[in-house]
Amino acid sequence: MYEKQILICAGTGCISSGSMHVQESLSEELKKHGLQDKVRIILSGCHGFCEKGPIFIVYPEDIFYCEVKVEDVPELVEEHLVKGNVVERLLYKDPVSEKRVFSHKDIPFYSKQKRQILRNCGVIDPENIDEYIIRGGYSGMKKALYMDPLEIINTVKSSGLRGRGGAGFPTGMKWEFGYRSPGDKKYVVCNADEGDPGAFMDRSVLEGDPHAVLEGLIIAGRAIGSDEAYIYVRAEYPLAIRRLRKAIAQAEEYGFLGNNILDSGTNFKINIKEGAGAFVCGEETALLASIEGERGIPRPRPPFPAVKGLWGKPTCINNVETLANVPLILRNGAEWYSAVGTEGSKGTKIFAVTGKVNNTGLCEVPMGISLREIVFDIGGGIRGGKKYKAVQIGGPSGGCIPEELLDLPVDFDSLTAKGAMMGSGGMVVMDEDTCMVDLARYFLSFTQSESCGKCTPCREGTKRMLEILERITQGKGEPDDIERLEKLALSVKDSALCGLGQTAPNPVLTTLRYFRDEYEAHIFDRRCPAGVCKDLLSYYIDPELCIGCRACTKACPAEAISGEKKEPHVIDETKCIRCGACFERCKKGAVKTR
Amino acid sequence: MTNSIGEIEDAGALLVIGSNTTETHPVIGYRMKMAKRKGAALIVVDPRRVDLAEHADLFLQLRPGTNEALLNGLIHVIIEEGLADEEFVRERTEGFAEMAAAVKKYTPGYVEEITGVAADDIRRAARLYAKAESAAIFYTMGITQHSSGTNNVLAVANLAMVSGNVGKRSAGVNPLRGQNNVQGACDMGALPNVVTGYQRVDHRDTQSKFKKDWGVKLPVAPGLTATEIIDGILDGGIKVLYVMGENPALSDANLNHVLEALAKVEFLVVQDIFLTETAAQADVVLPAAAFAEKHGTFTNTERRVQLVRQAVNPPGEARADWVILQELASRLGLGWSYGGPEEVFQEIARLTPSYAGISYKRLEEEGGLQWPCPDAEHPGTPYLHANQFAGGKGHFTPVEYQPPAEEPDAEYPLLLTTGRNLFHYHTGTMTRRSSAIGPFKPEEMAQISKEDAEKLGIEEGDLVKISSRRGEVKVKVQVTEIVPPGVVFMTFHFHEAAVNLLTNSKVDPVAKIPEYKVCAVKLEKAVP
Amino acid sequence: MVSLTINGQKVEVEPEATILQAAEKLGVFIPTFCYSPQLTLVGACRMCVVEVEGMRALVASCCTPVRDGMVVHTDTERVHTARKINLNLLLANHPLDCLTCEKNGNCRLQDYCYLYGVSESDFKGDRKDYALEDTNPFFIRDMNKCILCGLCVRTCHEINGAGAIEIMNRGFDSKVSAAFYDPLENSPCVFCGMCVDACPVGALTPKQSIGKGRSYELETVKTVCPYCGTGCGLELYVKNNEVVRVKGDPSNPVSRGQVCVKGHFGTDFLKSPERLTTPLIRKNGELVESSWDEALDLVAEKLKGVKGTELAGFSSARATNEENYLFQKLLRSLGTNNIDHCARL
Ligand SMILES: Cc1cc2nc3c(=O)[nH]c(=O)nc-3n(C[C@H](O)[C@H](O)[C@H](O)COP(=O)(O)O)c2cc1C
Ligand code: SF4
Ligand code: SF4
Ligand code: SF4
Repeated sequence: MYEKQILICAGTGCISSGSMHVQESLSEELKKHGLQDKVRIILSGCHGFCEKGPIFIVYPEDIFYCEVKVEDVPELVEEHLVKGNVVERLLYKDPVSEKRVFSHKDIPFYSKQKRQILRNCGVIDPENIDEYIIRGGYSGMKKALYMDPLEIINTVKSSGLRGRGGAGFPTGMKWEFGYRSPGDKKYVVCNADEGDPGAFMDRSVLEGDPHAVLEGLIIAGRAIGSDEAYIYVRAEYPLAIRRLRKAIAQAEEYGFLGNNILDSGTNFKINIKEGAGAFVCGEETALLASIEGERGIPRPRPPFPAVKGLWGKPTCINNVETLANVPLILRNGAEWYSAVGTEGSKGTKIFAVTGKVNNTGLCEVPMGISLREIVFDIGGGIRGGKKYKAVQIGGPSGGCIPEELLDLPVDFDSLTAKGAMMGSGGMVVMDEDTCMVDLARYFLSFTQSESCGKCTPCREGTKRMLEILERITQGKGEPDDIERLEKLALSVKDSALCGLGQTAPNPVLTTLRYFRDEYEAHIFDRRCPAGVCKDLLSYYIDPELCIGCRACTKACPAEAISGEKKEPHVIDETKCIRCGACFERCKKGAVKTR
Repeated sequence: MTNSIGEIEDAGALLVIGSNTTETHPVIGYRMKMAKRKGAALIVVDPRRVDLAEHADLFLQLRPGTNEALLNGLIHVIIEEGLADEEFVRERTEGFAEMAAAVKKYTPGYVEEITGVAADDIRRAARLYAKAESAAIFYTMGITQHSSGTNNVLAVANLAMVSGNVGKRSAGVNPLRGQNNVQGACDMGALPNVVTGYQRVDHRDTQSKFKKDWGVKLPVAPGLTATEIIDGILDGGIKVLYVMGENPALSDANLNHVLEALAKVEFLVVQDIFLTETAAQADVVLPAAAFAEKHGTFTNTERRVQLVRQAVNPPGEARADWVILQELASRLGLGWSYGGPEEVFQEIARLTPSYAGISYKRLEEEGGLQWPCPDAEHPGTPYLHANQFAGGKGHFTPVEYQPPAEEPDAEYPLLLTTGRNLFHYHTGTMTRRSSAIGPFKPEEMAQISKEDAEKLGIEEGDLVKISSRRGEVKVKVQVTEIVPPGVVFMTFHFHEAAVNLLTNSKVDPVAKIPEYKVCAVKLEKAVP
Repeated sequence: MVSLTINGQKVEVEPEATILQAAEKLGVFIPTFCYSPQLTLVGACRMCVVEVEGMRALVASCCTPVRDGMVVHTDTERVHTARKINLNLLLANHPLDCLTCEKNGNCRLQDYCYLYGVSESDFKGDRKDYALEDTNPFFIRDMNKCILCGLCVRTCHEINGAGAIEIMNRGFDSKVSAAFYDPLENSPCVFCGMCVDACPVGALTPKQSIGKGRSYELETVKTVCPYCGTGCGLELYVKNNEVVRVKGDPSNPVSRGQVCVKGHFGTDFLKSPERLTTPLIRKNGELVESSWDEALDLVAEKLKGVKGTELAGFSSARATNEENYLFQKLLRSLGTNNIDHCARL
């Protein structure tokens, strides 16, 4: 029997910060101390707190070490494992109170979370099916195998589960369409394309708890009457793919996949299809086309995939996170599930919090939690004591939420009402130094470059929107550009073919809605209030600070700076090209912007 | 065609034999590919790897001139494997037993020996064809232009009947006619033995009906066929030849023979739109109007009569053929007084049961009608033999394989087969004078296989001399995988490389179609 | 049957019908670029968007099936704005050389801009800048004018089956081209020209008709192709006694608008200077021009001068039924059955 267990995070985030080296050195150290039979190393899935990786937890005492490096390992073994002393310097330090925290449960990042879907991530060895089973895994499937399909569908319906892939479509209803579509061959598809550059919860679930997704797929298949599934996962997720393959092989070995599963008469097969990576391939019809080997381009709906999907057969497509919810619902019942959440949005949702907050990473929260709690409690507030400005929710397809709406409950309908959306669950926090016009330009440049080009409003419209935004951020905005942009954005939203084009204007529309004054400042005052847009900066030299050293004069490529040696210098604005060379060169901080 | 073009895309299986459809009948080719995309099984049988073969489920590359053997092999497998439509055979046909006995020896193995097609492929083709809900057979000159052409056609009919693929939608036996109005010319009695609607000229009823209507007595004895006419000239029996819109000096087999006849005939009248190779030999040339310069009707390969409308005036003094014929008739004291093509058509309808219900008015309103259309209320006939065959029962005719009349030998080791390409048409009189097509495909390229090219030390674009027992031509070559080793392919579009100087005029004993498709040749590098 | 309301008018249609078809039945006009009843529905151009009560966004009427009780508006401010902006976007990326464009007067982009009063674009910025593709003798491809409706691509794949062209690239850089951006001559293209007939704008222009007449000056004559036995319907466009353009006739029951290279681009032999324009008679071994009377008299004399059995005739598989009929009637009236034609060839 092992006396202690050490969890080392082997999620993509921690691996890239060196967790595998930490693990190697730990095994060596354990051997040196003859502890290899007393201490067991578990490579876990992602803990969500990637920013502080590699993460290293010692059980049973539950001591949470973070940012552990190879050099730290001998000390940890010597001090903690041999002598029983906690190595304080490697504990998490609360950014506000500056106090060291022992258990991850006491870290605000974790304490406000409700980890249902991520319950296994970072806890079990994802490559070992037994660990999943011990924690209740596959019991939902076992129930479902002996339930009537409609009974499964009704359970999911009354749980209130809505799709986590973006649109928030009620999952039970989608399954019912699939169930009622006539056809002897049907498919279930797991959408693991995760195209939003800021989101990585699907990857974490696949890496940390792959069996949950398989179990969800089997249940979905049983519900709609399908015997075959595809997992469409982006090729840039090699670890997820490897773990999925391993998980599928294990499930087959245990008889959870294959013919006549556990003697229930149900057959089920899961295939993996690696995606080529275009953002639009996450759109369900494009995804199906891509599985079929065609160009990944959206098709008009109807016909919906539930009626005519993969190779013309009824197909239910669900997101990774959606599917990971399903085993819990089957196991614990609809009522248990719907106890968490708001009226229209049940359960929990995983967000990928990034940007200007102290704690970035993955967090799973109950639906309905306020934005304020996410940003200030879980996120630990704005970095460097700066002022909160907005948060962009839903990735490039989402919208921004300003300070006055910080108490907005985070659920599908509230977000949509305010012009943002749940989307993939990406959440970028911005402080006062962010220019909102530039932000809109940034997100639009992503969607514009990802437009497949099939439909006119998106192909031509996103291009023109981007051009207008570029113009504005370059100080070349025209007086009627705001109106032109708004009209165009509304029309693209209203008439594009697929979700990409229909949501691409969201960042533009929400920034126009909440930060219109910033647009006006750019156009009418030729000024970027946040001081971000380079072309709109004006440089000047503070005569109080300038010592006349001439460093700036030499740096300026435009010969715009003049002044006598040892006297305060001046910048000729008409000659200045706003390259910022003087600003960087001045050691006295005398060059300033306004 | 027994069936219609519009039915192709709904067929369950298509057997395309001896037809380079996508090039010779492109729009029908589109439909075949459409059928394939909609799920039909496509079986292509041809000596050349024609374009359609690229789309086929099964491509059977047989030796030229071995069609009957292959068809018999298919029937053999169908009977052997119990795939025959017994009810159809029992109710609708006669002569099955004799035919079945005749195909007995055509086992897949035996057929493989003759045709070079793998026995397994023959079995697979038979199954694909016979198991389909509805299966249609298509053929073009690849079947008919053989000394055994009539046998081929009979074998095709046997195959369709044995599988019950006659008299229903998207099935049938479908020869694809080469020229725009070749069907109409036959329907109109431009044949030595029948007048309109295939009414036999030597039949008493025909004689009396036409005598009454025309006011002249018809000659009773059937006349000579095209090849017999040429021979007739050389024999001295035929003294005057009237050619309306044909170019036998380029299109007929064994050209030297034809050219000799044209030189010999005492008086040659040619009525055409261009001074063709034939017209150049004429004593009188009459300038005619082209298709867009006159009104009238054409009948297409699916028996659909359609209106042809005048768009522009003929150039210079050229006149519509019908005007010229009427002028002549009046000089010959025949007293014709047609006010226009519509009146001629009314006379045709009056004398021709299968056209009886067709009128210009209906054609205008209904956009074409497929004969038989016996009365003004009849909607036309999209597919034939729906309830019974014309003569009551469908008759199986036993067919034996006969090797081509001329096979390669030591002196002429290669086999020449002929056809058309996509861009040109027939003797090229029209397409080569088109400002776009003419320059795009300006010259003939004889196709030979890589193997033969290597053996003979020939490269793509080289000029070669191809000769047969009857003549020789010089032509550039294209080295291609379309033809198998041992086979040379040429089109007959180019007078500079008139392939019919080489071909064999040996005709099929019944249909009198020359064996354009197979003759023996040799090939050598030529000096320009 | 399903019943729905369009612009306040009730209409009943088959349950599989689309909103566009229902509107057509009512005679309500809806503009389209990428729609063709013969091709896969793609809903790409978004010109046909309409408002459906209860739906969040506008829907493409060409590919949205009707539902019982559906309430549709095709003429609201919102719909008009979307269409205008759509046209505006297309114009921002389209040359405005209507004065010399062959498509002028028959261009859907022009028609709809006229209809919605869009005379120039509100948007400026990048434009397509592609070289003209004019290396084949049949048609010119000017991809600067292409609005990416995809009709040509679907025609090539779904009607012809050649699959010679694709929409290459993505997004703003999308471009219709043969694989590897090769010229069509090096692709599986068979130059049927059906893509040219399908193009709603002036991106594909048949070379033979350039400068030969404005669409509204041309008279259309429907007839049948003079080439193979399929009997495809052709539309001949005529100006000043000259056929200046040919298209497949969509109303023809055999071909439904389909054609091949010969019918489409191969009928200008009509205007060939080599056409015979006067009768010729051989005199002293030479064929010389003569009058009709002289030629016909001579032929009549020769025909009369022999016994019926010494006379033979080749009729024509290219002449009309009426002419074939008269030919055999003439010869039979002169006492011979020696009549044949090249049916066997
Ligand atoms: C441009 C675009 C990209 C999308 N990308 C994803 C994705 O990466 N992952 C995903 O699950 N859904 C994505 N979706 C949503 C899917 O189309 C689909 O709604 C979802 O997979 C359905 O699953 P759910 O009902 O479980 O949410 C995307 C949609 C659009 C329009
Ligand atoms: S909205 Fe954009 S991504 Fe979607 S179909 Fe249209 S062009 Fe393609
Ligand atoms: S001409 Fe015909 S084959 Fe060529 S690209 Fe156009 S549609 Fe395709
Ligand atoms: S070339 Fe014409 S038909 Fe083809 S996509 Fe462009 S606009 Fe459409």
